[in-house]
Amino acid sequence: MGKDTQLTDRVFKSVGTRPMRPDGIDKVTGRARYGADHNMSGQLHGSILRSPHAHASIKSIDTSKAEKLKGVKAIVTAKDFKTKGITDPDLLDIIDNCMASKKAFYDGHAVAAVAAVDAKTAKAALKLIKVEYKILKHVTDVDEAVQPKAPLLNNKCFTKGVDPTPDKASNIAKRSEFGHGDVAEGFEAADVVIERTFKTGQSHQGYIEPHACVASVGPDGTGELWVCTQGHFVFRQQCAKILGLDEAKLKVTSSEIGGGFGGKTHLWVEPVALALSRKANRPVKLVMSREEVFRASGPTSATSIDIKMGVTKDGVITAAEAELRYTSGPYAGSWATLGAMTSFACYDLKNVKTVGLEVLVNRPKTTAYRAPSAPMAAFAVESMIDELADRIGMKAIDMRIQNAAKEGTRSSYGPVYGPIGIGPTLDAAKKHPHMSAPLGPNQGRGMACGFWFNFGGQSCTDLNIGSDGTATITVGTIDVGGARASLALVVAEELGIPYDQVKAVIADTTALGYNEMTDGSRGTFASSMSAIQSCRMAIADMRQRAATLWEIDVDEVVWENGHAYAGESGLNDSNSNHPPLSIADLAKSADKTGGPIAGHAQIVADGAGVSFATHICDIEVDPETGQTRVVRYTVIQDAGKAVHPTYVEGQFQGGAAQGIGWALNEEYIYGEDGRLQNAGFLDYRIPVCSDLPMIDTQILEIPNPNHPYGIRGVGETSIVPPLAAIGNAVSNATQVRMTHVPMSPPRILAAIHAEAASDD
Amino acid sequence: MSVLVSSIINGDNIEFACEPDETLLDALRDRVGMTGVKEGCGTGDCGACSITLDGALVCSCLVLGAEAEGRSIETVEGMSDGNVLHPLQQKFLEHAALQCGICTPGFLIAAKSLLEKNNDPTEEEVRYALAGNLCRCTGYDKIVRAVLDAAKQMRKA
Repeated sequence: MGKDTQLTDRVFKSVGTRPMRPDGIDKVTGRARYGADHNMSGQLHGSILRSPHAHASIKSIDTSKAEKLKGVKAIVTAKDFKTKGITDPDLLDIIDNCMASKKAFYDGHAVAAVAAVDAKTAKAALKLIKVEYKILKHVTDVDEAVQPKAPLLNNKCFTKGVDPTPDKASNIAKRSEFGHGDVAEGFEAADVVIERTFKTGQSHQGYIEPHACVASVGPDGTGELWVCTQGHFVFRQQCAKILGLDEAKLKVTSSEIGGGFGGKTHLWVEPVALALSRKANRPVKLVMSREEVFRASGPTSATSIDIKMGVTKDGVITAAEAELRYTSGPYAGSWATLGAMTSFACYDLKNVKTVGLEVLVNRPKTTAYRAPSAPMAAFAVESMIDELADRIGMKAIDMRIQNAAKEGTRSSYGPVYGPIGIGPTLDAAKKHPHMSAPLGPNQGRGMACGFWFNFGGQSCTDLNIGSDGTATITVGTIDVGGARASLALVVAEELGIPYDQVKAVIADTTALGYNEMTDGSRGTFASSMSAIQSCRMAIADMRQRAATLWEIDVDEVVWENGHAYAGESGLNDSNSNHPPLSIADLAKSADKTGGPIAGHAQIVADGAGVSFATHICDIEVDPETGQTRVVRYTVIQDAGKAVHPTYVEGQFQGGAAQGIGWALNEEYIYGEDGRLQNAGFLDYRIPVCSDLPMIDTQILEIPNPNHPYGIRGVGETSIVPPLAAIGNAVSNATQVRMTHVPMSPPRILAAIHAEAASDD
Repeated sequence: MSVLVSSIINGDNIEFACEPDETLLDALRDRVGMTGVKEGCGTGDCGACSITLDGALVCSCLVLGAEAEGRSIETVEGMSDGNVLHPLQQKFLEHAALQCGICTPGFLIAAKSLLEKNNDPTEEEVRYALAGNLCRCTGYDKIVRAVLDAAKQMRKA
């Protein structure tokens, strides 16, 4: 499979329809079981003690009093996690983040954990644990952290990616650079050059289900983990290494997952629950509170971006350059790298250079959040495009169309594009009625484009045909938002049977080979590729069985519409003496033709087609308060092929809503003491129903040539444009350029007042 | 010292014992086994634990288990009539008004509570009635459409 597969003008029967999801009934009746809905016999309650300090050395931890409390069954600290023999620096960071060893790096960093008979006892035990800290100077702001005299998080942090490696430690963990051409030359050729600095606040994925797991490890080293995760195979691999268990003996079951958006790709409490269980020799349930989710599970990066772009008076972008500084929490990450790669990916640029700096700060460890790192970079780039267009008196959409990347463009991060959707989404936006609708007083319109790579990767699937001819597709890449419906549609399409005769299930780690996690919009793309291959294996087998039953050569058996037909011309061969055999017929006689009918595939799903979107939005700013309301919003995105269009629309809408929240409201707020001041949904306010309008969608289908059905991932790109689209709309309404996200009422008011003062 | 509580849950007389300081949310989930009632925040901000208590929409994380004594509780588990889904449940499925589904039980209860008071709400009324329930997946578009569609169907019935 892959690039040799010809994409035809295939007419789909199942793919592209909108049936009800297979897991729907359970989810509207309360039967679906999420992370916190599972219990094991004899389970204990796990609870974690967290640092109240932003940065502190841990001098000592005294657990003796807590251990003596009746009902306490186990206490673990960093001493219970053996790092000897572990060389992978990322895994060592995960362990240190799950349980602080020498230093507490942020407000909320775990320092000890208790397993007790109930929540009350566990809570009492935490109070009896005495931790002696030496408080250190902290830094939470990205720009302060890169200053030479900033408090140092890690005195062994010597910036990687710089030649020669610096001999002085700093908070810059890594430098990465992308681009081509000569930007100095490009700026020379420009008629207008603009330089600006943009900043974005740190947002959280804000999934409604807090992290939860039930862990059980027996004395024989056999373990079980029930957990809400985006990748149970990855969790198994990492937990097994951390605990020193055999992967094969650790069974990880992914529960239904109450949202992830990248935040559940990472281990936060699971190794702690396993360690507690091993020590207590009892199952341990550990559920994070909402406050813990905010304080100690991965938000996205806070950023600061210096950007410079030049354009001719005819609208050709001659050069683009950016330095992107992204916080990664206390440990190195690749978040600025992703920002540097994605920033200019929408455009065909002759001269482009981006530099990403990973910055260590006393904030929780950054993890992925939907198209990680792309929205902040797009905020800077797409705001600049609007301003440049304004300066040369060109419509911003025309400047975007003129400079848009196309098939054959060398992207700003290296690869040359195949067929892509940026141009078509812009053309669709230009024609969209939203673009020409009248605006009311204090209203403004903005637009922006977005890009995401999309991932593929390792996938493994089983197809099993029941004795009644119905099909089960078993996948190991979890379903966050309706993928089971999409996969059932794909299998129905490939086998030629009705959708309701296919059941898609997510297997635990004992049932399938390794599957990468649901990230990078890979779920439906990669699993469907593997599922199609599984189906084709089963179809080849069923053709052989029909040939055997008919005593003809297998080459004379044609598979169409869920039936084996004798004769080369298949359906139309009325001369055949053999009535067609359905899957059900073949399943019925399976015991005589070789046993159960099944198909299997294990693949590396290469060729995830890149994804582009264009968003249009109208906002209204209250000039007295700075309060901004989104009054109309349109998402236009390329889906390759929309398997289940309703769920594709849902992805577009959900990503846009998250971006709107980030653009206008959401932000981690730290006090002078380095403590998080808004660790709850009341103060970290995500959009509510009354904040938003309907979100219109337009799905474009520019087939991905690397997938047999043309599918591209659709999950992430929709969070990329909103920050800039709203920023551009606010600028359009107020005539003030917004450079700081979130554009909260005080920031908008301050910007309006500053502009008014400068005009005086 | 536990307290014994008698209440009517989804029409059935149920007795449960809980701690005096235990929330109704914890009692429903851990003592009664009604895990369709979800905890998203424990502070009344997200609405995932929405139930009705004597017909009033409440966050069960803000009510004590002991307060349920002699009162009538409705949860998502009691919404369908045998095998027949409530129109809201049906419309949520038809409109794909859920993605991950963790907020769905709370939304269904809150929407039912709205439609009992107002069987012909405007879009704006639906949006304000559901503003106490957080959904992070959908952007609310399909939820609002599902509620309006269910209201329409229920008016016809």
